[in-house]
Amino acid sequence: MTAVTDHMTVPGAAPQRKTPKGTFDIVFRNASFLSALFVLVLLAGIMLSMVIGGWPAFREMGIGFITSSVWDTQNDQYGAWPAIVGTLSTAFLALVIGVPLSLGIAVYLTQLAPPWFKQPVSTAIELLAAVPSIIYGMWGLFVFVPLFAAYVQIPLSNIVEGLPIVGTVLYSRSPSGLGILTAGIILAFMIIPFIASITRDMLDQIPSVLRESAYGIGATTWEVVRHVLVPQAGVSIIGAIMLGLGRALGETMAVTFVVGNANRLSASIMDPGSTIASRIANEFNEAMGLQLNALIALGCILFFVTFVVLVIARILVSRVKAY
Amino acid sequence: MSLTTPSTVRALPHAEWGRVRQSRRTADKLMRITAAGFTGLAIFVLFWILGMLIVKGLGGLSAATFTQITPGPGSEGGGLANAIVGSVVLTFLGIVVATPIGVLAGTYLAEYGKGSKLADLIRFINDILLSAPSILIGLFVYVIMVEPLGGYSGWAGGVALGIIAIPVIVRTTEDMLRLVPGPLREAGSALGAPPSVVITSITWRAAKSGMVTGILLALARIAGETAPLIFTALNNNFWFSPTLKGGVSNLPVTIYQFASAPYENWQQLAWAGSLIITMSILVLSLIARRIVRGSK
Repeated sequence: MTAVTDHMTVPGAAPQRKTPKGTFDIVFRNASFLSALFVLVLLAGIMLSMVIGGWPAFREMGIGFITSSVWDTQNDQYGAWPAIVGTLSTAFLALVIGVPLSLGIAVYLTQLAPPWFKQPVSTAIELLAAVPSIIYGMWGLFVFVPLFAAYVQIPLSNIVEGLPIVGTVLYSRSPSGLGILTAGIILAFMIIPFIASITRDMLDQIPSVLRESAYGIGATTWEVVRHVLVPQAGVSIIGAIMLGLGRALGETMAVTFVVGNANRLSASIMDPGSTIASRIANEFNEAMGLQLNALIALGCILFFVTFVVLVIARILVSRVKAY
Repeated sequence: MSLTTPSTVRALPHAEWGRVRQSRRTADKLMRITAAGFTGLAIFVLFWILGMLIVKGLGGLSAATFTQITPGPGSEGGGLANAIVGSVVLTFLGIVVATPIGVLAGTYLAEYGKGSKLADLIRFINDILLSAPSILIGLFVYVIMVEPLGGYSGWAGGVALGIIAIPVIVRTTEDMLRLVPGPLREAGSALGAPPSVVITSITWRAAKSGMVTGILLALARIAGETAPLIFTALNNNFWFSPTLKGGVSNLPVTIYQFASAPYENWQQLAWAGSLIITMSILVLSLIARRIVRGSK
């Protein structure tokens, strides 16, 4: 072990002279090194356990596990397609709604808010991230869903019924308020604090000389944001959005409450569906045998999708505040 | 053309003599209104959620909530005592698991691992674990602990929460240690103290409040986690056994199971539990925030 850690000593930081406390020194250094390694072991462990746990389902179903839409616990036939589509479409809708809101909030906080107002507003936005997922689920199911059914789904269905394209995408066959779009809206509010606060930090880091010179040649605030700030922070803003996407893909409890948990594909975003996470949360405790493997295999797919998204996100954002 | 300066503007006022085209002015105004409106909407949603919790949760809150255990199906009354105690135990277990590992790993990254490729990789992976879906961590602990040991247990729940807390603690510990000025360490080294002593009695001490904040933030993060507990500690309607074997009652899963149940007292308790858990977490986050601001 000493051999491994020795070459990582920072030259100059540690006195090379042996001291009476030498043993504690070595123990302490190795303990902290092992703890750091544990982080790597964790990720590898999660990856391995998902692959091994899900392997029987992958072997049994082959590529059909991903492409098939059948989820039949009686005959042990499992296909993940509806859950994959549900996961991607709820996350996509969450971004469509959440990204403009987050960027607006970031611009307001950095450019428009009076100084005394900035701190309380920032705190309020960040507290949105502290509210537990299950509370969003309760709010969604008991407060938002009835309102959404009565004031959006029913009137909208009456308007779009029979129209081409919008008549399919926005028509709800059973306007219960539950569905893919509802899940997307709740997810949007859950990812806002993450995207908004990272974007805010990015905009704050841009040297104010750039802003001042743009104002100096007569640009309006909108033009400064559009032509100076956004191009400067562009890449990190995309990173922040990807980070929000990573959150939205794996969000479980809130989605389970409002997505409707229907195992079928529908062309309408108003119809109930399911996501990978909601399917796992719903069925796990009653699952046995191959169904259990199929659920872990779903987790495996979720792991690899979020892993790729998060790696890209972290590369783009590189180093910002932790949440 | 009348020049009106919007009262909310903090930026430079428009020059009186400028020839600003109307379309530019309109675009600017539109952006200001939209940005302020979006911010207002997000804050409105926060207060809507809190308002909902207070209106629906306060009615279900009584002394019995804290003294009686969760009621069985169809029985009257009941409280959340076992769920609250269970949640405290699981969260405490999680923090006990995560704190030593997280603090030491963060120390390694900040103090020993400067410039090392391996430390960079660990830091990167830690950032990914920070936003990894908690449901996967629940599945992971199910595969490594619940299945081999033959049943749900509070220990598995605590480990799952601990794994979620570790990356938070690693990250804040490292960030806080990096804020400690180098000359402090050099002064310690110059007196002949070995690195371990410099770290434990100088750097840690200087970064103490920040590190405590990290632990508080981790606490706030895991206290409301539901998904990982469904696969590990599950829940039950009785006092859990002191060995923590079998289901351990806890607030989040109780809320999940009671919220859409057909019994009115269950729903009442779900709302009361939601109020308790959200308020505790918000207070924790606000305290952590205050410590950070105080130390800066």
